[in-house]
Amino acid sequence: MAHLAPTPALEPGQDKTMILNMGPQHPSTHGVLRVLLEIDGETVVRMMPDIGFLHTGIEKTCEAKFYHQVVPLTDRIDYLCPMTNNLCYVLAVEKLLGLEIPPRAQWLRVMMNELTRINSHLVWLGTHALDIGAMTVFLYCFREREDVLRLFEAISGQRMMTSYFRVGGVALDAPLDFFDRVKKFAGTFPSKVDEYEGLLTGNPIWQMRTKGVAKISAEDAIALGASGPTLRGSGVDIDLRRDMPYTGYENFKFKVPLGVEGDVFDRYMCRVRELRESIGIVKQALEGMPSGPVKAHAPKVVLPDREKMKTEMEALIYHFKIVTEGFAVPEGEVYQAVESPRGEMGYYVVSDGSAKPYRVHMRSACLANMQTLPTMCEGRLIADVVAAIGSIDIVLGEIDR
Amino acid sequence: MPLAAAVTDIEQLKSHPAISRLLGWDPKVVESVKFDRDEMTIYVVREGIREACALLRDNAGCPFNYLSDITCVDWYPSDPRFEVIYHLLSIPNKERVRLKVRLSGEMPALDSVTSVWPGANYFEREVFDLFGIRFNGHPYLRRLLMPENWEGHPLRKDYPVEGYR
Repeated sequence: MAHLAPTPALEPGQDKTMILNMGPQHPSTHGVLRVLLEIDGETVVRMMPDIGFLHTGIEKTCEAKFYHQVVPLTDRIDYLCPMTNNLCYVLAVEKLLGLEIPPRAQWLRVMMNELTRINSHLVWLGTHALDIGAMTVFLYCFREREDVLRLFEAISGQRMMTSYFRVGGVALDAPLDFFDRVKKFAGTFPSKVDEYEGLLTGNPIWQMRTKGVAKISAEDAIALGASGPTLRGSGVDIDLRRDMPYTGYENFKFKVPLGVEGDVFDRYMCRVRELRESIGIVKQALEGMPSGPVKAHAPKVVLPDREKMKTEMEALIYHFKIVTEGFAVPEGEVYQAVESPRGEMGYYVVSDGSAKPYRVHMRSACLANMQTLPTMCEGRLIADVVAAIGSIDIVLGEIDR
Repeated sequence: MPLAAAVTDIEQLKSHPAISRLLGWDPKVVESVKFDRDEMTIYVVREGIREACALLRDNAGCPFNYLSDITCVDWYPSDPRFEVIYHLLSIPNKERVRLKVRLSGEMPALDSVTSVWPGANYFEREVFDLFGIRFNGHPYLRRLLMPENWEGHPLRKDYPVEGYR
C-alpha cells in the first residue's frame, strides 16, 4: 500500500505547481484546520492537513482532576456531540469500578445519546450543504436543532455542554413534561428530514457536486483507520451500537445504513438515513422507558439526592467526601469505544488506585478519518476538497483535544 | 457487581486467537498476558511488534484488520518508563485486543507499524510529539499537535500541568 503513504513533504520551487494554504481561518474547514494544497491549475496534486491549532492539553489536565471532575472536560472535546463523549468516559470509569447501572438510567442515556446524534448530524448537514452552496438547508437544520437544544436545557440545565451523564447514572431524572415534549418533537421530525431530502437528494446540482467525488475504497478506509459513516459509506458493515453494544443498545431495533461507492453522496445518504433511524430509537425509548432510580446504588461513588443530603447525616458525609476527596478507583485499565456520530470514539482510562486518573486518552474518530483526506482529494479539483472535508464531518476539538 | 479478578496465567488464556497466533509464530515474543475486566492485553517484546502486528492483521479466522488506536503511558519514575499501547479490532469477528510494548530510556525508539496499517501515521506522530518516542520507518515523523519549534514532550509525567510558558 505504498500509494497510501500520507503526509509527504511538499516541495516548493518548481514552476508547474503552486502551494496554496487553506488556512486555519476558513469558512469551509469546519474549525481551525489548515490544509496545504499543492495545486496544478485547479487540480490538487498533493494535500497535507496541518492540525494542532485547538490543542488545549485536555489529556494532561484530566490527570490533575478527580474522576467526576473530568466529566465537564469531556463535554468540550467533541463539542457537537457532548453527551456522547460523556457517555464514553462514564462507561469506561464504570467498567473500571464494576458498577451496575439501573435500567432507567441506561434508557435515558440511549435516548439522550440519540438526540445528540441528531443534533450533530443536523450541524453536519447544514454546514456541509452551506459549503457546497445549498444555503437554505443550513437554517432549516438549525431550526430543528433549536428544539433539541431546548430539550437538553430542560433535562440538564445546559444547552450544549450538558455534563448530564455522570459516573453511576445520570445527573437528574427528567422533568414531568419532558417525555411529552420529546414525543412531540419525534412526531414532527421525520417530515423535516423529508424536507431536507427534498431539497438535496434529488437535486441535480447536489448530485453533480457529490456523486463520484472523493471516493475511497473499503480496503483503503479500513487500512487508514476510518470509522463511522466514513467507513460505512464504502460498504463496510460495522456499527458499535449493534455489534458491540453498550448501555442497553441491545434492546433497540434499528438499521445501519451502508453505502456502496464510498463517495460524498453515499456518506451523505448514510447520515441522512441515520437521522431517521435515530428518531426511531428515540421513539422506542419513549415507549419502553422503565421506571426506577436513575443512579446506581454506590454511596461512595454516586452523589446522594439533594433532599437526602439535606436531611440525613450519612448522605451529607458521603456528599462531602465525594466532592472534596473524590472516589478511589481500583487499579487497571479500560478501553471503551462508542459509536459517535463521527465514528469510533474511544476512551482509554488507566487507574493507579487513587482518586485521580493516571492517564485518560481519547481516541478521536475524526483524527483517523482525516487520514483519508489525501487519498480522497489527490487528483481532484479544489472544490472537491471542500466537499470531502465536509463529508467526513470533522470537529477540530476532537482532533486536537 | 464485584469485579472478577484479573487472569494472568498464559496457560489459561492461550486459546485466544491473538495469543495462539503469536505463540504459534514465536513464543518468546509474548512477555506476558492479562485478561482483566473482559479485555485481553498482550505484552509484546520491543523487537517483535511490527511483525506481530502484521501477523495479527493477516491472521486467518480472526483477522485484526483495524487499528483503533496507538497511545502511550508514562510510568515515571518506574522503569521501564514508557508503555506504548496498540488497540486492535477485528471487524469480521468483533473482537478487540490490546498489545503493549514496554520501553525505557530517555529517547526510546520503536519500529513503526505504518507499513502494516497506514492509519498508524497520525497516532505515532502524536505519541512522538507528546511523549518523545521515535518510530523507526515512519514516513514523516514530525510534531503533530504542538508547534514545530516546541521543546519538551508535554504528556510526560515530569512536565508540569501548567506548562512552562
